[in-house]
Amino acid sequence: MYQYDTHDQAMVDARVAEFSDQVARRLSGALAEDQFRPLRLKNGLYLQLHAYMLRVAVPYGTLNARQMRMLGDIADKYDRGYGHFTTRQNIQYNWIKLEDAPAILADLASVGMHAIQTSGNCIRNTTADHFAGAAADEVADPRPYAELLRQWSTFHPEFDYLPRKFKVAIIGSDVDRAAMKLHDIGIQVVTNAAGEEGLRIHVGGGMGRTPMIAPVIRDWLSPLQMVSYLEACLRVYNRYGRRDNKYKARIKILVHEIGAEEYRRQVEQEFAHILTLGLEPPPAELARIKAQFADPAFDRAAPVAIDLSDPDFALWVDQNVHAHKVQGYGIVTISLKPTGGIPGDASADQIRLMADLARDFSFDELRVTHAQNIVLPHVKRTDLHAIWQRLDEAGLATPNLDLIGDIIACPGLDYCSLANARSIPLAQKISARFADVERQRDLGELKLKISGCINACGHHHAGHIGILGVDRKGVENYQLLFGGSEGADTSLGSIIGPGFSEDGIVDAIERATQVYVAQRTDGERFLDTYRRIGTAPFKDAIYG
Amino acid sequence: MAETLIRLRDDSASTAPVVAFADLSDTANALAVRLMPGDDARALLPLLGQLELVEVAFPGFNDGRGYSAASILRESGYTGELRAVGDVLVDQISHYHRVGFDAFAPDQPITRAAIDTAIATWPEVYQRTVDGRPAIWALRHG
Amino acid sequence: MSADRFKILTGNDLLTGDVTWWTGSGWSTAVNDAAPLTDDGAAIITAEERAQRVVSAYVIDATRDAQGIRPAHIKDRVRALGPTVRLDLSHRPHDPAATAWIA
Ligand code: HEM
Ligand code: SF4
Repeated sequence: MYQYDTHDQAMVDARVAEFSDQVARRLSGALAEDQFRPLRLKNGLYLQLHAYMLRVAVPYGTLNARQMRMLGDIADKYDRGYGHFTTRQNIQYNWIKLEDAPAILADLASVGMHAIQTSGNCIRNTTADHFAGAAADEVADPRPYAELLRQWSTFHPEFDYLPRKFKVAIIGSDVDRAAMKLHDIGIQVVTNAAGEEGLRIHVGGGMGRTPMIAPVIRDWLSPLQMVSYLEACLRVYNRYGRRDNKYKARIKILVHEIGAEEYRRQVEQEFAHILTLGLEPPPAELARIKAQFADPAFDRAAPVAIDLSDPDFALWVDQNVHAHKVQGYGIVTISLKPTGGIPGDASADQIRLMADLARDFSFDELRVTHAQNIVLPHVKRTDLHAIWQRLDEAGLATPNLDLIGDIIACPGLDYCSLANARSIPLAQKISARFADVERQRDLGELKLKISGCINACGHHHAGHIGILGVDRKGVENYQLLFGGSEGADTSLGSIIGPGFSEDGIVDAIERATQVYVAQRTDGERFLDTYRRIGTAPFKDAIYG
Repeated sequence: MAETLIRLRDDSASTAPVVAFADLSDTANALAVRLMPGDDARALLPLLGQLELVEVAFPGFNDGRGYSAASILRESGYTGELRAVGDVLVDQISHYHRVGFDAFAPDQPITRAAIDTAIATWPEVYQRTVDGRPAIWALRHG
Repeated sequence: MSADRFKILTGNDLLTGDVTWWTGSGWSTAVNDAAPLTDDGAAIITAEERAQRVVSAYVIDATRDAQGIRPAHIKDRVRALGPTVRLDLSHRPHDPAATAWIA
C-alpha cells in the first residue's frame, strides 16, 4: 500500500503546526468561535451532543497495522476506550477535548494519518471499494487513482469553500461495493477491448434530503487526464452551484437543475481550457503510485482446501470470507455488528487485536468498509482458523456479513446534534430479534440501514430495508423504506406508509420478512422479491 | 502594524476609480473593476490588457467563488493587481495567494507579518496553480 | 403544564466540550444544578462566551419532575444524561431507569 515520502509527511506535519496555532489562538481569545468553527471542522473536529468529536480520515479505507494500532491507542489515551467506524470509511472519537486535539493530530501524523478535510465544504476523503486489490471480480485496482485524488484535493486552494461538501468514490469492478453512484462524483475504472484502463465518470449523486443517482457525465476518460477533468468538474460547480440555500447546494442539485447534458457541456469547455495549463501530474507519478499498490508476495502454491469440520468455523468462513483473486487466499470481513451490539463501535483492545492480525496474517493491511466493518484483505486460507479463534475470543467473529444483523446505523440521537431520533438502540433491538444466525442466513442478503435524520448518514435510502428517524411532536418516530440498493443495481427506497414507534418498527420488519419468505422464488433476495411483487403485499401484512 | 490594504507588489497602487462589474458597459475604458461573487470573471477577458486593478469581493469568507475568478484571470494572462476585498481572514491567505491574489483589503486589519507567515504555511504544495510553485509531483519527477 | 415551565441555560465547556448547565453563578455538568433564568439569558451568554468559559450556549425550556430538572426537548435530555447506549459512560451509570427518563 501507499507509503508517505518526505513530501507527504511534510504536509501533514505542517497541518499539525497550523492547527496547533489555530487552537492556541482560539484559547487565547484571538479567534472567536464563529471564525474558529470552520477551521476546526476542516480538521474533522465537531462539537457534538456530549463533547467534541474527532473524525479521522482513512484514505480510501486502507490502513496498515501500525496505523490501526495508533487508532486504538488514541481511543485509550484521549477518548473513553473506543471508536466508531463510519459509513464514510472513517473513524470517529466521541469524547475529545479541544486542548488535546493538536496532540492527537501529532500522534496521527507520526503514522502518516490526519483529519484533513474530514468536514467542511471542501473535497472530503475519497472512498473506494474495500476489496480493492484483492477481489476476484476486480478489473483494476482503484486505489492508485484514489491516492492521486487524495494528493490533488489536499489543501486545494480553489476548492476549499465550495457551495457544500464534496464526496468522491471510486471502484474498479462491476460489483459496486462503494455506493459509487450515490456520491458527488463516482468513478469506475474500466478497460476497453484493447485492455487499456479508462475512467467512467458519474457526477451528481447523493443521499441526504434529496437522494439522487449520479448520471454518467463521461463514458471514457484517459486516466492521465483525471486531475484535469475533475478540476473542470469542480470549477463549474464552485462557480455555479447554488449558494442561496444550503439544502440545494450539493452538486446533484446543479446537475439536476441545468441537466446532465448542459453540465457536461460546461465541463468539457472548462476541461479544454484546463488541459492547456499543464496541471496534470506526469505518467511517472501515476506509475510511482501504482508501484506501491503492487501485489504483496503471495504464495501462489497456498492450498485451497482447509479443515472445516468445526461447524461454527465453517459457518463463519462461508459467511464472512470472500473469494480472493489469488487461489489459496481469502478476504476476511470482521463484523463489527455483534448481536445486540453497537454497529461500528470497537474497543481500543479490539482495534489493536485487528492490527495484530493484519500484521501477522494479511500483509500488514486492513480496510474499513462503508458498512462499518473491518477487512483483512489478503489472508491465506490455512490461517483462517487461527484468525477466527482470536476474533471469537474478542467477540469479533459474528458470522453475519450482509445479513439482516449486519446493520448500518448512524450515531443518531445518542451522539449527534442534528438527530431527530436514536438509531443505535433500534439497530440493537432488530439485531437481537433476529439473533438466530440460521434464520438470518435463511433470509439471505438483506441490507438494513438506519439514519437518525434526513441527512442520511446511515444510507437509509439505499437499504433493501431503510429506516429514517423523524421527530413527531417531540417523540421519536421511524419511517420504513423498502427497495433501496447501493450496489451495481443502485436504486432509492421509498417510504411504505405511516411511521412507527421503536417497538412497532421491529414488528413491522419481522412481518416484512415473513412476506418475503412466503413469496420468494428460488434464489431471490428480499430486494428481488420486493421488486417483483411490489409494495402492496408488504403493506397489507404490516398495516393490514 | 495591522493594515487595511496590504500589497505584495512593487508598483504603486492604481488610483483609477473602481467600476462595478455591473456598470462596465458604460465605462469601456475602465482601469479598475470590482467583481462580486456572482460575476463572470471571463467577461473581463477582453479588457485584460488595459486593467490595472481587479478587486474581488468576499462579502463572506465562506463564499469561495472568488477563488475561481482569480484563477481564471491569472490563467488568462492578467498581470495587474488582484485584490481580495472584504471578509478576508488570515487563515485563508495562503489559499488566496495560491490562486493569484497579490493584494488584500481585509475588513479586519491584518499585519504584514501575519500575511507573510500565512503564505509560508505549506512548505510544499500538491497542486500546480497560477502561483508558479512547483507541485510535489514535479519535485518528485524533476 | 406550561405554568410549570421555566428556562435554563446550557452549553459546552470550551476546553473539554463537556455539557454544562448555568447554575446562576457558574457552570455545572449536572442538570439538576441548573438555575431557572429570570430573563432571556442573552447577557449571560455573551459574557460567558466572551470569558471563554462556554461555547454554543443556548436557552431551553425545562420542567421539574420527581428526579429533578427535566429539559423539555429529548435532545437536551440526552445531553443531560449521556448516550443511552452506553449508560456506563453516562451521568447515571448504575441507574436502570435512566433510559426511560429520555423518552
Ligand atoms: C455525527 C455527526 C454528523 C454530522 C453533524 C453529519 C452531518 C451530515 C449532514 C448535514 C449531511 C447532509 C448533507 C447534505 O445533504 O448536503 C450528511 C450526509 C452524510 N453523512 Fe453525515 N454527519 C455526521 C455523522 C456522519 C457519520 C457518522 C457518517 C458515517 C460515517 C456520515 C456519513 C454521511 C453520509 C454517507 C452522508 C450522505 C451522503 C451525502 O449526501 O453526503 N455522517 N451528514
Ligand atoms: S443521519 Fe442525521 S442523526 Fe444520523 S449522523 Fe447524520 S446527521 Fe446525525
